[in-house]
Amino acid sequence: MRREIPLAITIFVGFLLIFSVFFPPVEDLGENFSLFFDIIAVFAFFLGGGNLVRIHGKKLLKRKPDWAFSIVTLVGFFLMLAAGLFKIGNPGDISSNVTAEGSLFAIMYDNIFKPLGATMYALLAFFVASASYRAFRAKNREATILLSAAFVILLGSTPLGALLTSWMPDSLSILEIPNLAVWILSSPNLAGQRAIIIGIGLGVVSMSLRLILGVERSYLGDEGA
Amino acid sequence: MSRTGIVVFLVVCVLFVVSWVVKAGTGDPEGHYIRDGFLVTFAAFLTLAIMSFMYKDNPYYKFAEHLFVGVSAAYWMCLAFWSTLVGNLVPRISERLSNAFMVPHQPGEYNFFFYIPVILGILLLMRLSPKGGWISRWPLAFIVGTTAGLNFVRYLRSDFINQINSTFLPLAVDWQGFGHFFSNLSLNATGQFVAMFGNCVIFFGVLCGVIYFFFSKEHTGWFGRASRVGIWVLMITFGASFGYTVMGRISLLVGRLTFLLRDWLGIAS
Repeated sequence: MRREIPLAITIFVGFLLIFSVFFPPVEDLGENFSLFFDIIAVFAFFLGGGNLVRIHGKKLLKRKPDWAFSIVTLVGFFLMLAAGLFKIGNPGDISSNVTAEGSLFAIMYDNIFKPLGATMYALLAFFVASASYRAFRAKNREATILLSAAFVILLGSTPLGALLTSWMPDSLSILEIPNLAVWILSSPNLAGQRAIIIGIGLGVVSMSLRLILGVERSYLGDEGA
Repeated sequence: MSRTGIVVFLVVCVLFVVSWVVKAGTGDPEGHYIRDGFLVTFAAFLTLAIMSFMYKDNPYYKFAEHLFVGVSAAYWMCLAFWSTLVGNLVPRISERLSNAFMVPHQPGEYNFFFYIPVILGILLLMRLSPKGGWISRWPLAFIVGTTAGLNFVRYLRSDFINQINSTFLPLAVDWQGFGHFFSNLSLNATGQFVAMFGNCVIFFGVLCGVIYFFFSKEHTGWFGRASRVGIWVLMITFGASFGYTVMGRISLLVGRLTFLLRDWLGIAS
């Protein structure tokens, strides 16, 4: 029961959705199942929140290292949750948008979530620069090609790139760095992306088949073995 | 906490209060100037706290990091609750709840099916229970089955057939004979030669890239040479992706620095 029912659910749902593509009367089944998927995903978000509270609650109660920071996590979590679920400070009624301007939810988003998220990602610029300084050496042909493409794209997005090659005649305009950057993005880069996408597509299709046919059972954990 | 740590903490607190007072003082007297002053100062503090990680891991970074984890978890939960549960589920399963949430009720003959994801969702929450965790595999199986079923067709169409279809481009663009071609031969970015060369690069680049990923045949002879070209194409792709990622991160950094210099310190226009 612990193994057979989940397997049966996967096989049934998978086959049903593939079947619905070829059978127009149940064509909208895929759309409804996507909605079912979204609804279950909401519960997965709740599960994630519950797990977060459980882990940080335990850390706090057992006074584990850095337990004081768990208070920050829990306060931030519950404050944002209350602000969003009860629409605290929302200028409209219950039907108004949760992110309406002036609500506590929007204020917390603008002044906590947004600056933190943007700075976290911005910080990566420094780490990427530092890592590339160490790793980017034109040691062989492949590394040189990678380095040159990155250099042209970076230079092409700055005013310096345009300035350096703006003297080029119209008949050689593809050699202007911004144009070259655009060409790299729209031709060789596209070709490489496409080769990768085709590979991914084939991988996803074969993995889906393995799941639907019940060959792949790792998602069942120990029970699937 | 060490003595230096206490001194730094006190300095940070004093600077925070000073900034709050100054920002509140320069705010709109008819608006929420005390609140706005606090919010701008707090956002600046969080920005600097994250940036302080460049020096080393420290309590201010940990504070900001932990706050981000808590706030972002609740943010996505609330959005999912209002957009999916209230927006899509409630109108289909209950008129009374629809009225309570003030969303238009959507009666339908097969709406009772929408209780299935609710039951599966509740079963998913059983994962938090130490003994009933196994039952959460049922909704997981549903998610896996749905993903597999939908992706099978979706990826086959968009990532396989459509991508191959888009690769078969005309290698002779705007062709009006050799005379016209050679008389207009130039490296103009919008010219015929560049367009033709671009299409050739796309077609043969995809072919060579796919050959590189084909591991069932040994990469020797012409196959190996094509695979080698495939690697070069992939290297250009990785370089371009890297350049693009760096540019994206730098624009975010510029955004944060703009916030600090303009919105917080007010020293840039």
